[in-house]
Amino acid sequence: MTRALRSILMPLAAAVIAMIIGAIIVSALGYNPVQVYGSLISGAFVGSFNLGNTLAGAIPLILAGLGVALAFRAGLFNIGAEGQYWMGAIAATWCGIHFHTLPGWLHTLVCLVAAMLAGALWGGVIPGLAKAYLGAHEVITTMMLSYISILFVKYLIEGGPLQETGSTPQSPAVDAAAQLRQIMPPSELTTGIFIALLAAVVVWWLLQHTTMGFQLRAVGFNQRASRYAGIRVPLYTVLALGLSGVLAGLAGAVQLLGVDTRLYDSFSAQYGYTAIVVALLARNHPFGVILAAIFFSALSNGGQNMQQVSGVPASLTDVLTGLIVFFVATERLLPTIGAWFRRRRRGQHTIATPAQGGASE
Amino acid sequence: MSVLASPQLWASTLAMAVPLALPALGGTFSERTGVVNIAMEGIMLVGAFFAVTFAYYTGSAWLGLLIALVMGAIVAAIFAWAAIRLAADQVVLGMAVNIFAAGLTAFLLDTIFGYTGTPPNTPQLPSVDIPFLDHIPFIGAILSHQSILLYVMLVLVVLSHWFLFHTKLGLRMRAVGENPLAADTVGLNVWRLRYLGVIIGGVLSALGGAYLSIGILHSFDVGMTGGRGYIALAAMIFGKWTPFGAFGASLLFGFANALAIALQGHGVSPNLLQMLPYALTILALCGLVGRSTPPAADGIPYEPRR
Repeated sequence: MTRALRSILMPLAAAVIAMIIGAIIVSALGYNPVQVYGSLISGAFVGSFNLGNTLAGAIPLILAGLGVALAFRAGLFNIGAEGQYWMGAIAATWCGIHFHTLPGWLHTLVCLVAAMLAGALWGGVIPGLAKAYLGAHEVITTMMLSYISILFVKYLIEGGPLQETGSTPQSPAVDAAAQLRQIMPPSELTTGIFIALLAAVVVWWLLQHTTMGFQLRAVGFNQRASRYAGIRVPLYTVLALGLSGVLAGLAGAVQLLGVDTRLYDSFSAQYGYTAIVVALLARNHPFGVILAAIFFSALSNGGQNMQQVSGVPASLTDVLTGLIVFFVATERLLPTIGAWFRRRRRGQHTIATPAQGGASE
Repeated sequence: MSVLASPQLWASTLAMAVPLALPALGGTFSERTGVVNIAMEGIMLVGAFFAVTFAYYTGSAWLGLLIALVMGAIVAAIFAWAAIRLAADQVVLGMAVNIFAAGLTAFLLDTIFGYTGTPPNTPQLPSVDIPFLDHIPFIGAILSHQSILLYVMLVLVVLSHWFLFHTKLGLRMRAVGENPLAADTVGLNVWRLRYLGVIIGGVLSALGGAYLSIGILHSFDVGMTGGRGYIALAAMIFGKWTPFGAFGASLLFGFANALAIALQGHGVSPNLLQMLPYALTILALCGLVGRSTPPAADGIPYEPRR
């Protein structure tokens, strides 16, 4: 119980501390922090248009965030969800502008499955095999593959095979029948939200209620012990990164079929990177991912409104995000500061324990 | 082929290698002491921004450079404190620094300079004409008229190699990155040496950022590092965590970039050429192009109080 409570309180504390520092920054610059945050919140949640867009923005973050979280649970850091997201979007685009004779639902399904396979290849097969058999660290390989996939997209749409006729660097739009339906017009929210929620349930069930999920978590918890217990660690390395890629690829497809409908070079908005932050804040829990995704989507959508209404640059939200990640990473920050204060308060009266190892600070 | 014979290509290869080699050297220092550093991108941005800002307000590009290096050191010190003292996950921390730096520099650019960006009359660091080289036809065009930071970078590569591999302190720093427990046992201060590695790394990364903003230009743009910090990370790995290796890899990656630009409109996709650094790095990590093995304790926090 206390463990569960801690895992909710710590991320919350990180977010709150970051918001307080943000308030101090904007106050120092002469703005009213209540008004600034007010405009941020109303831009994110008030009215069906804003609320719909916040939920729409959360969809790719939920899916890619689930992917990153799943890999984390197996002890693997998929920092390249961005690349798998792009590969998914490429596959969905290619399928979406071909196969015109398929019925709409099947066309959509083909696009989604192709995207998941592309994501699995980019996230699982290449880095997974490289990690399991050649010892190449997944942080570097997935990161490098991200940059390759972004350049690959540019190649495809700047004079390459996916460029629409004309001179604009973009792909043709996918068939209207293959696109996901809007459910809250005029906002961008589509049926993709159901795909995202379903994915969260599936990931939760997979991790908590299947043998595969148990073994996957065991590998993440203690690789050596898992190997002694007879778990095939290389298999689970490929599997975890592969499923991670499946989810990130799906994120790209859902965003493409639901919102953008075509590939162009600023299609992503860094969802793959924010997904890492989402997984961290959610402490890799599938349902926590949903909440964290909505939080970061709200921050980004509300930030635009904040800039218009109160004049504070929207990039403040990136400052806040960076601080949140910092505080989530430094779990020991508060205990360390607490111990330092206690030492100082008692300082003069007790004999200081001799410093060991000459720790410098 | 005629492209390869143009001195312009080789001059821009060198110029493009500078903002890769400096942070790659910095990363080498950090990781050699055992702290994984992916924060080069963010620290470069901080360096680039403060270099321009203080160059403008003090009227001196050199003072701007100085402040940029100090800011790089401060950001690196905070990163180091969290990574070393608080034993936080170094990759996550690096991400935090990168996100924070991107946000902070964009935020400050808007609040200090408004939407028009940095003023056009910001001073710039000088370029250097080398008297004798100047008159040699091909070589002169390549090596002369470059930013002074290019020559500083060349000196730093040699110095770093000497420092890491031929001084007592360098040996100690490497020892801490390979086996901190053994280093601690013989009386080395693991934490202090790691702080040193990370902070040197921060200063060098900030220098790379300043090269972009006041070395070859005299302005700052949002996200102007354009992922060079990550290419530098690749260069560090491809260079097997050595200064000369990092420099060589930076030259190769700079060449890929310069070639991509030179070949524009020649039927070769520049995008495909620019994949080269990333693809080579993956192959090197897999042991397919000369195996790259990181320092043994890279990324593992050390706790002396056990």
